[in-house]
Amino acid sequence: MLDQTDSYVTADGRTIGGVMMEMKNITLRFGGVVAIKDISFDIREGEIRAIIGPNGAGKSSMLNVISGFYRPQEGEVWFRGKPRPQMKPYQVAQQGIARTFQNIALFEGMTVLDNVMTGRLNHMKTGMLGQALWWGKAEREESENREAVERIIDFLEIQSIRKTPVGRLPYGLKKRVELARALAAEPKLLLLDEPMAGMNVEEKEDMSRFILDVNDEFGTTIALIEHDMGVVMDLSDRVVVMDYGKKIGDGTPDEVRSNQQVIDAYLGVSHD
Amino acid sequence: MSADFLFGIEVIINGLMAGVLYALVALGFVLIYKASGIFNYAQGVMALFAALTLVGIMEGQVPFSHLINAIFGTEVHHFGWHVNAFVGIILTMVVMVALAWAVQVVIFKHLVNQEPIILFMATIGLAYFLEGMGDLMWGSEIKKLDVGIPQGGSFWIEENTAFLGGDDFFGFFIDRLDMVAAGVALILVLALVAFSQYTKQGRAMRAVADDHQAALSVGISLNFIWVLVWSLAGFVALVAGVMWGAKSGVQFSLSLIALKALPVLMLGGFTSIPGAIVGGLIIGVGEKLFEFLIGPMIGGATENWFAYMLALVFLVFRPQGMFGEKIIERV
Ligand SMILES: Nc1ncnc2c1ncn2[C@@H]1O[C@H](COP(=O)(O)OP(=O)(O)OP(=O)(O)O)[C@@H](O)[C@H]1O
Ligand SMILES: [Mg+2]
Repeated sequence: MLDQTDSYVTADGRTIGGVMMEMKNITLRFGGVVAIKDISFDIREGEIRAIIGPNGAGKSSMLNVISGFYRPQEGEVWFRGKPRPQMKPYQVAQQGIARTFQNIALFEGMTVLDNVMTGRLNHMKTGMLGQALWWGKAEREESENREAVERIIDFLEIQSIRKTPVGRLPYGLKKRVELARALAAEPKLLLLDEPMAGMNVEEKEDMSRFILDVNDEFGTTIALIEHDMGVVMDLSDRVVVMDYGKKIGDGTPDEVRSNQQVIDAYLGVSHD
Repeated sequence: MSADFLFGIEVIINGLMAGVLYALVALGFVLIYKASGIFNYAQGVMALFAALTLVGIMEGQVPFSHLINAIFGTEVHHFGWHVNAFVGIILTMVVMVALAWAVQVVIFKHLVNQEPIILFMATIGLAYFLEGMGDLMWGSEIKKLDVGIPQGGSFWIEENTAFLGGDDFFGFFIDRLDMVAAGVALILVLALVAFSQYTKQGRAMRAVADDHQAALSVGISLNFIWVLVWSLAGFVALVAGVMWGAKSGVQFSLSLIALKALPVLMLGGFTSIPGAIVGGLIIGVGEKLFEFLIGPMIGGATENWFAYMLALVFLVFRPQGMFGEKIIERV
């Protein structure tokens, strides 16, 4: 077993560090529905961690707990060795945790460029008054942010749609713009809720490559939810499996694949 | 040129000036509605409250003096100082920001995710509360507001335009107060646009107007933005209140101007800043021109209802307003 602070090197040469985020005995209820039942797991610095499970298992709920959108009734979230106090979503975002949504939440009325730019809001330091008084400084900051945004737009290969209003884009590209906006925040932890849902094979391949590149080049820790088993096995270092709000498996893709409970959940009782 | 034609032009110019004030009130509505989906019935009362507060501060009135005197048997009314208009406006703005904060923390923070009709009802409550509060704080008598804006027609314009017509035309009569109002409104709108386009908070404001969930995920505090838009709406209300108050005295009928902003919003759409401005001008010009041309034939006093009728006609043919996009439901 690895210790809290241990690190190791993966087969493909990436370094996985100590525990960044730890969920301790999380329970989340909606009225009578128990969406998450006493679940604990951790996410290590630099790893790609997948959360899988049948529909309604509670995966999105878990991501929402991490990002502050849902407030668990029981349990604690630890971030970098400290228990995290109850936080609003915007506070979590300011802490360096960015996310995308299962149902895409973009600013439909804005262009791709403006959408990605909003990801940098927390990097804009000059306040209202400052902008009026120190025009030069504000301008410099603006151009720095713009450069950072352009780099991400290049990285995700969406230069050709920079000025397009997001509302006009097809689904697959919207998912990519949402990822771009999350990346613009230069997050320490990136949460992706089904980043490849509804995509064709080619789009899925592109997205997988982007996710690997983000992790590799920026060292971003990633937690993602995904239904496509092939993708999950290819991408992730470790996998948490949920079913009916409970954790039924946790380990490397190979360990999880051979776990009987997991096999039953997927093959035995189908919830689809 | 014929005198009738020139009078017509004068009517249009005066209509534009009246329209500026409608536009200002409508602008306050739009700011709040865009960012929070709240239709703020209290916008007009906010203008009244701001104007009352400004007069009270400038005159050195003791707030709640009736209440204080009734309870303690004292006779305090005035602090005995006068404050100039500039300082008065700044202090009033502080009060309006405090009001914005209180409105958010005391009322709307607890109504997140409620039906729009419930939010609307809350603003009706707020309107009556504010009206009572204004009365309690500053008294209900009509007050003169003098912030140093010149009043009366501009002789310069009259003298220099008299040559356009014959002997029975004496030049255009345009109130100087109206001209100042138009100038101030223009600066205000430009400042608001610059704010929303080029500042961090402006960007955040547009983001919140577009999608709450997405705004949260990029680290924007909705509470902060809502306090901000209520403060901006308070500022716009202050400007409108000052203009209106300087023209016809600060009195409680001022809050009724909010109702004139409704047809303006029908025309301009609830979410469009240019719409609020153009809508305000159209209503202003429309009602003056209608009164001038048609009024005499049907017994006058058309200004009471013309705006609403125009809005109704507009609603039938273009329910989304001038600048709104037609919404076709996905099936
Ligand atoms: N805001 C909410 N209010 C009430 N119930 C909710 C809410 N969010 C989730 N639930 C319930 O919690 C359970 C888990 O839902 P969740 O969306 O987390 O599942 P999931 O694993 O993401 O499923 P999917 O694969 O379909 O996205 C479901 O029964 C769902 O109905
Ligand atoms: Mg889900």
